[in-house]
Amino acid sequence: MIAQVWAWLTDPAQWSGPNGIPVRLAEHLQISGFAMLLACLVALPVAVWLGHVGRGGFLAINVGNVGRAIPTYALLVIFASMDPIGVGEKAAVLALAVFALPPLLTNTYVAMRQVDPEVKDAARGMGMTGGQLLRRVELPLALPFTFAGLRTTTVQVVATATFAALVGGGGLGRYVVDGFGLQDPAELYGGVVLVALLSVAVELVLAAVQRRITRRTGTREPEVVTAS
Amino acid sequence: MPPNPWFSWAWVSTHWSDLWEAGVEHVTITVVAVAAALVIAFPLALVARRFRRTEAPILAVAGVLYTIPSLALIGALWPVFGLSPLTVEVALATYAVLIIVRNFIAGLDEVPADVVDAARGMGFGRTRLLWRVELPLALPAVLAGVRIATVSTIGLVTIGALVGYGGFGDLIYTGFQRSTGRAQIMAASLCCVLLAVVAELLLLGVQRWLTPWTRRRSEVTV
Repeated sequence: MIAQVWAWLTDPAQWSGPNGIPVRLAEHLQISGFAMLLACLVALPVAVWLGHVGRGGFLAINVGNVGRAIPTYALLVIFASMDPIGVGEKAAVLALAVFALPPLLTNTYVAMRQVDPEVKDAARGMGMTGGQLLRRVELPLALPFTFAGLRTTTVQVVATATFAALVGGGGLGRYVVDGFGLQDPAELYGGVVLVALLSVAVELVLAAVQRRITRRTGTREPEVVTAS
Repeated sequence: MPPNPWFSWAWVSTHWSDLWEAGVEHVTITVVAVAAALVIAFPLALVARRFRRTEAPILAVAGVLYTIPSLALIGALWPVFGLSPLTVEVALATYAVLIIVRNFIAGLDEVPADVVDAARGMGFGRTRLLWRVELPLALPAVLAGVRIATVSTIGLVTIGALVGYGGFGDLIYTGFQRSTGRAQIMAASLCCVLLAVVAELLLLGVQRWLTPWTRRRSEVTV
C-alpha cells in the first residue's frame, strides 16, 4: 500500500500537465490565498475598529459562534448552485472566505481588547490622539494575538480548500475526490499525503513567523483554540 | 427551465420525513463521535497531566492530526472501514478528541496550586484530589471543549455524505446532483445550522447549570 502511494507520488506523469502536482498545488494555494485575502479585507478593519472604540463585543464574539455553526460544505454547495457563481474555484473562494471570517473577527477583536487598559491610559495621558493610540499602541500590542488567530485560520483554510474539488474546482482535493470516485487508493492516499504535508508546512512557516513577531514585541504566545 | 427556488414550503412539506430521518442520523453520528472522543480524551489528558513529559508530544500529535482536512481523513479511512458509519465516526471522533484534550489539559492546568496544596494538607490522596478537587475545577474548561467539539462536529458530519452517512449532508449532496435541488440544499443547510445553534445553547445551559460559580469567566477558547 505504502509502496503504491510512493509509486504514485514519484511517477513523473504526476509532476506535469494540467492534472500534475505543481498545477494542483498552485491552484490550492491560489484558492486559499484569495479566500484569506477576502476574509482579512472584511474582518480585520471591522474587528480593529470595534476593538478600538470598545463596542460591539457582543457582535464580534457571537458572529464567531454563529459562523462556526454553518457547515462549510453547505456554503460551498449553496455558492456553487447560485447562477452568477456556479461550480468551480469562485464558489470555493467565497465559501472559504465566509468560513475564515468569524474566527478572524473574533480573534482580532479579542486581541484589541486584551491590550492593557493602563497602557492605553498612559498613552492618552501623554496626549496621544485616538489615531495615534491605535497605530502606535493598540495595533503593535494586539499583533501577536491577531497573528496567532490568522495562523490558525490560514491552516484551517488551506486544509479546507480540499473541498473545492467537491464542486468541480481544482486544488489538491482533486486527487482525494478523484481517487475516491475511481476507487483508486494510490491516488486517494497520495492526495491525502500531499494535503497533510501542505497543511503542516503552512503551519510550520507561520509558526516561525509568529515566533519572530512574538520575540520582537516581547509578548507571551497566546493559546488559541479554533474549531473548523 | 423548471422552477428552482431557494425556499419552497412545498418541498419541506412533502419531504418532512426525509428531513426527520436525516436529522436523526445527524444527531446520532454527532452524539456517538463526541461521546467516544470524551472517553478517549479523559485518559489522554490524565496521562499528559501525570507524566508531564508526554504533554508536549500528545498536543503536537493532536495539532498535526487536526490540520488534516475532514475530506481527506474520511477519504483515507474509507478503504479501511468501507462505506459505513464507522468511517465517519472515527474521523469525527479524532477531531473532537483534539479539541477536548486541549481544553481538558488547559482546565487542569488552571486549577490553582494553593487549592491543590490545601487539599493535600487536608490529607487528600491522589485519587480523591483528582475527583473531588481537580476535575470539578477543570469542569468549565472541559465543558467548553465539549461544546465547541459538538458544534464543529455537527458541521463536519455533512462531509460524511461522501460515504453516504452525512445526515443533512446527504440531502445537500443529492440536492446538488439534481438540477432542481436548491430548495433541498437550502432546507438541509438551514436545518444543520439550526441543529448547531440548538446544541450550542443547550450545552451552554448545561455548562452554566453545572458550574454556577463561573458565570463571569473570561473565555480564551475562541
